[in-house]
Amino acid sequence: MFDKILPYLLAGISVGGQYALISIGYTMVYGILRLINFAHGDIFTVAGFAMVYAAATLPLSVSIPLTIVLTVILGVLVEKVAYRPLRSAPRMSVMISAIGMSYLLQNSMWYLTGGLAKQYPVLPWVSDRVNVAGTTTSRVTIITPFLTLLLVAGLVLLIKRTKIGMAMRAASRDFETAQLMGIKINNVISFTFVVGSLLAAVGSMLYFSNYATVTPTVGAMPGLKAFVAAVFGGIGSVPGAVVGGFIIGICESLIKGAGLTTFSDAFTFALLIVILAVKPTGLFGENLTEKV
Amino acid sequence: MIKKNDHKKAWITMVIAVAVLALVGLLDNLPSTIVPSMLLTVLQKGAIYALVAVSMNLLNGFTGLFSLGQAGFMLLGAYTYAVLTVPVERQASVYQRYKGGGLGFSVTQSLGNSMGQFGLLLGVVACLILAGCVAGLFAWLIGLPVLKLKSDYLAIATLGFAEIIRAVVMYEKLGPVTNGSNLLYGFTSFTDFHLGSLKLTTVMPFLFAGLCILVVVLLINSTYGRAFKAIRDDEVAAEAMGINLAKHKRMSFIISSFFAGISGALLAMFQASVQASAFKAAMTYEILLIVVIGGIGSITGSVIAAFLFVGCSEWWLRFLDNETILGNFGVKVKFAVVFGAVIAAVVAFGMLRMKRKGKKLLTHAVQGQPAVNWRAVLGLAVAAIALVWDIWFVISPNLKLPLLRQGFRMVVFSVVIMIVVLFFREGIMGDREFWDMGRRKRAAAKKAGASE
Repeated sequence: MFDKILPYLLAGISVGGQYALISIGYTMVYGILRLINFAHGDIFTVAGFAMVYAAATLPLSVSIPLTIVLTVILGVLVEKVAYRPLRSAPRMSVMISAIGMSYLLQNSMWYLTGGLAKQYPVLPWVSDRVNVAGTTTSRVTIITPFLTLLLVAGLVLLIKRTKIGMAMRAASRDFETAQLMGIKINNVISFTFVVGSLLAAVGSMLYFSNYATVTPTVGAMPGLKAFVAAVFGGIGSVPGAVVGGFIIGICESLIKGAGLTTFSDAFTFALLIVILAVKPTGLFGENLTEKV
Repeated sequence: MIKKNDHKKAWITMVIAVAVLALVGLLDNLPSTIVPSMLLTVLQKGAIYALVAVSMNLLNGFTGLFSLGQAGFMLLGAYTYAVLTVPVERQASVYQRYKGGGLGFSVTQSLGNSMGQFGLLLGVVACLILAGCVAGLFAWLIGLPVLKLKSDYLAIATLGFAEIIRAVVMYEKLGPVTNGSNLLYGFTSFTDFHLGSLKLTTVMPFLFAGLCILVVVLLINSTYGRAFKAIRDDEVAAEAMGINLAKHKRMSFIISSFFAGISGALLAMFQASVQASAFKAAMTYEILLIVVIGGIGSITGSVIAAFLFVGCSEWWLRFLDNETILGNFGVKVKFAVVFGAVIAAVVAFGMLRMKRKGKKLLTHAVQGQPAVNWRAVLGLAVAAIALVWDIWFVISPNLKLPLLRQGFRMVVFSVVIMIVVLFFREGIMGDREFWDMGRRKRAAAKKAGASE
């Protein structure tokens, strides 16, 4: 029995870690801007393509940092172009802008890559097959949860112990007051996008090492699921996003294992509707009263 | 109480509607040398998109509920319609992966056989209404938990719901009815309609979509419509005025989904085939962008934007997708002159703005170093490079037009949409309607006259 479940469990933990890395980007941006950054899933895809093209000509030791830097620049750029001009606009406008940005990124990727699926480069050592408790799996499956936890621990330290982290917490608590206290809100927001995009880039490397091909729309689904994970864990809470990511990843993988692949996506959204109906603040969310 | 004015308005509307239908019918039957077939495609698809955009606007623009479930409801409508109307003799081939699949009867076929064209129309109308009802029923079900949510949570929940519907429809066990993830085809489509030897292919979508939009307009101008708008503007105040929030939100959601279902069925008729995998979140996004371009809260805007959107994506911007080589010198010069003029205009506009704001390229700071306006310098540099390219383009032989390649159309398209979203948030119509533009002008004139 356990032998049969184990491979799915491992895959679930792995994909859960990847969702967790993406969902941190959602949860942090939502915490500060109250905005679902629909373009986040596409930034994750761009990271995949950047890696494909970079690794085609450059050695991995260069292309990995290059990919991360490019993704971060893109993330900050998206914020500057699409969200900053709408800072005082109604929330609906910003969300529409985010959807438009996602549309633009997807179409641009389609144009630049010719719309065909690209083979993701094989990362040596990481993609090797290893044997765990009687089942073979790739090493990335084992690494992902640990790397995720490591990065999250670093992030939590950053938020709790550093000055910029303090500024982020202040901004997410009360935007205007933070501004009055002398916090340069635009810098804080840019920094949030830097962190979110960086984690998305790392997540994309882990994700595509498992799935091998990149297409322009491949990021949409993991993006939405990562958002569900963020809501499940309580939006605005980093540990919540991580827990949510792991839970969703594992459940999904087990459902696939049970032969109900069609419903693995449906399950995620059903979970979203249930959690929103039962406990809208999520597992670890603060009880925010909506400002009228 | 019906005012005299209302009678007049109803008459005018009726005359316009009949005129439009007659015009479309004429276009339908002219030879293809005069009327490009693309025009008919754009008109058909545009009418359908207009209806779904209006249905989304009813929810997002008039009730202030930000829902992203439209594609899901369209899917329900499209499948309800398709399953009910696949002809009996074709069911074996359509459902070949599921032996004995299909319902074993076809509503339009049995009515069409016994009563001819009238029976066909009757069957289609019945199936369309049923399609809308199925979508509305699901809207009622999903609305129970979801409508309590606030703005963006509602958006993501409805988006998720649309994904669930898609997954369920594609489920293997439902194959005998929905044909799983395979195509459904062969059902009654617009080309089956004709009056004697007159084709009605484009008239039908106009007729159906027009009737539905008319119902929405009447609804919006009724007490219910005013209640919706009150909820959009201020929920707390609306509740204080005695409006039942839950009831009206549910009503708006169900009605919007009903029409989304009908438009889904119409889309299936237009395509003559339907597959669940086409109704993705991207479809909802497109419809949302149509609503935004037209103006959130304007029916007229949604209709205009739908035709523009479909026209651009299907027809007018098609040339952007083709690799083009301009060999002819005259054409090349013309292109280069237009391109150069556009650049010059942009630069002149930028300079004018700088002058108006009192900025200079190089300002002497009060003390110390002169400060350079880097943004302006960068802009000028880009313009200079473009001009150099322009000249080079004229002198070099057979140079391929740059950028034009498969997929460029959509990039240009999404850039335009982003510009609208960022800089022209009002959209084409704002929240105005075609029919009250004259009235507003008159009211303004009256006011001006009174104050003098």
